[in-house]
Amino acid sequence: MSGPSTYEPSNGFTKWLDARLPIIRFAKDTAIDFPTPKNLNYWWTFGGILAVCLVVQIVTGIVLAMHYVASTEDAFASVERIMRDIDYGWLIRNIHANGASMFFLAVYIHMFRGLYYGSYKSPREVIWILGVVIYLLMMATAFMGYVLPWGQMSFHGSAVITNLIGAIPIIGDPIKTYLMGGPAIGDPTLNRFFSLHYLLPFVIAGIVVLHIWALHVPGNNNPTGVSVKDVKKDTLPFHPYYTVKDGFAIVVFLILFAYFVFYAPNALGHADNSVEANPLQTPSHIVPEWYLLPFYAILRAITFDIGPIPAKLLGVIAMFGSIGILFVVPWLDTSKVRSMRYRPIAKQLFVLFVLASVGLGFCGANDPDKFVFKFGPDKLIVNYVDTQGNAQVSGRFDNFEGAGGAQEFVSKLPPSAGASVALSEEGFKWLWLSQILGAYYFLYFLVFLPLLGIIEKPKARPPSIAESVRKKHVSVPAAAVNPAPVAAE
Amino acid sequence: MSEHGSKAATANAGHAGDAHAGETRRDFIHIAAASVAAGGVAAVAWPFIQQLGPAADTRAASSAEVDVSKVPEGSEIRVLIGGMPFFVRHRNAVEMAKAVADDKLPMRDPATDESRLVKMQDGAYNPKILVTSGLCTHLGCVPVGPAQGSTGDFGGWYCPCHGSHYDTSGRIRKGPAPKNLAVPKYEYLSASMIKISL
Repeated sequence: MSGPSTYEPSNGFTKWLDARLPIIRFAKDTAIDFPTPKNLNYWWTFGGILAVCLVVQIVTGIVLAMHYVASTEDAFASVERIMRDIDYGWLIRNIHANGASMFFLAVYIHMFRGLYYGSYKSPREVIWILGVVIYLLMMATAFMGYVLPWGQMSFHGSAVITNLIGAIPIIGDPIKTYLMGGPAIGDPTLNRFFSLHYLLPFVIAGIVVLHIWALHVPGNNNPTGVSVKDVKKDTLPFHPYYTVKDGFAIVVFLILFAYFVFYAPNALGHADNSVEANPLQTPSHIVPEWYLLPFYAILRAITFDIGPIPAKLLGVIAMFGSIGILFVVPWLDTSKVRSMRYRPIAKQLFVLFVLASVGLGFCGANDPDKFVFKFGPDKLIVNYVDTQGNAQVSGRFDNFEGAGGAQEFVSKLPPSAGASVALSEEGFKWLWLSQILGAYYFLYFLVFLPLLGIIEKPKARPPSIAESVRKKHVSVPAAAVNPAPVAAE
Repeated sequence: MSEHGSKAATANAGHAGDAHAGETRRDFIHIAAASVAAGGVAAVAWPFIQQLGPAADTRAASSAEVDVSKVPEGSEIRVLIGGMPFFVRHRNAVEMAKAVADDKLPMRDPATDESRLVKMQDGAYNPKILVTSGLCTHLGCVPVGPAQGSTGDFGGWYCPCHGSHYDTSGRIRKGPAPKNLAVPKYEYLSASMIKISL
């Protein structure tokens, strides 16, 4: 995308350097002059925001590692020391802990942006795949980071995740043992998680470099999905137009970030993690951090065996599959039209997809056997033993007292029945919602995206980026465009 | 700066046509934005530098009480306070006499033996007990003393790193060290109890 370099070394030193290490030329071509579509909206600022997030996490993480002690004896106390005794330790830890949430918030918006505007389509498949790799590494890093404070959620959350891997037949158990370095989560696990939690962000940074490199080959996609045809008319230099736009978005994002750090530092966390890990007692309600909840919901949605595959393994397959499917999205989507602006059906299904993803998050946060809503008022049932000695459950009663009530039913039973009255609730379970939304998640990728490319009739697209921008301001009808999909937009 | 930007700015200035030739509203924006950014960087940098300093619990653990009656005569005990070594030496009569006798000799860091002691609660000095820092003033090694079997040429301490000799009052007498062994802040809580602070 970047044309011939326009950099002219201005003095003796820069000429000397340019002939040996053309780093100023590189910076000018890729970050200053880089031709960027002139119609990018604010959804395109999240790349810059994510770069800021990564830097913030690395800088605060390096500081925290100076004070943290990776040992099951001292980890929890060392984190408390950071919060209480280290000067500004509370600030730096709150930035790091909330920074993880901010990082995921931004990455989800960035990914939805890519899905809506078809940024994964040819020739940008490798950018997308590298992005999914970064996302996977982020999840691994976040998971291991969450173990380090050695709270109740840290410990039992990591136990659940390592046991997930144990569900894989044959190789699962040995992998699990190698992961934990012992029969259970303990010192060896904590130490290797700390080591990897420090390493992986730098791996992420490396892949971010590849991600940006791959981006700079075809250049940015844009809201119309129409390729740049005339660099002069369709693009603007990255600086100052997008440095300022990104900069403004970053400042707004940092305001939200600062709100959480200073006013609600624990709002996104879980109270149970303020209790030191106790291997003898699992918290009553165990959930991952919010950004992993949709996948947790998909994992729990599978409560049934299919043929020889047990539900446990099936859940693990579904969970990993829901992430793995992202790698092949460029080939699942058969439409030649990039932007969903011009895809009337896909656009609606995309909105449903976003709602399903967010909904799965709520499913993950709630007890699967509790109710989204109840069908009616709670009723009463009676448990008793019949004359043959079999356990029985009565029908549902509206009342305890009075005619037709539970009390009347109990009074007719012999004392040997051991009758007891219980509350009977009926409603729409979170489990069912997660099954419906999880099914939609997979349908969207596996059925709708491949099918729509064939059956959907896209709307007219602007002939060029420049034309699409001008159309808004000048009331001249845009040149008619062939609505049929064209291979090379 | 961008060509587009400066062109627009020049046009604005032309319209205004006032006395501030060459100064534009765009210049103001640049200076204002850079100032805010610099302020932000400084505000963020401060906690990240400050966290490197001693933490509150480290600062709190910066004194210790020592029972000097437990120190055997002619020897010393060594005390660690916040990782810093201190010597508490119980001098015998010969060592005390030598320290006072040498007061008038030329030294690199002249000091009388009495100036290196602290008054007890009754206002009298206790010349038997000498309290000094355990760090050689040359490069911070811990000198050896009577308990390690070497007291140097002057009967006090000897630093094995670069050969500094200290006398029985902890004064530098020979070798590269520039200063006497420092006397820490300490006070007598009773006749036999002292409190040393960092």
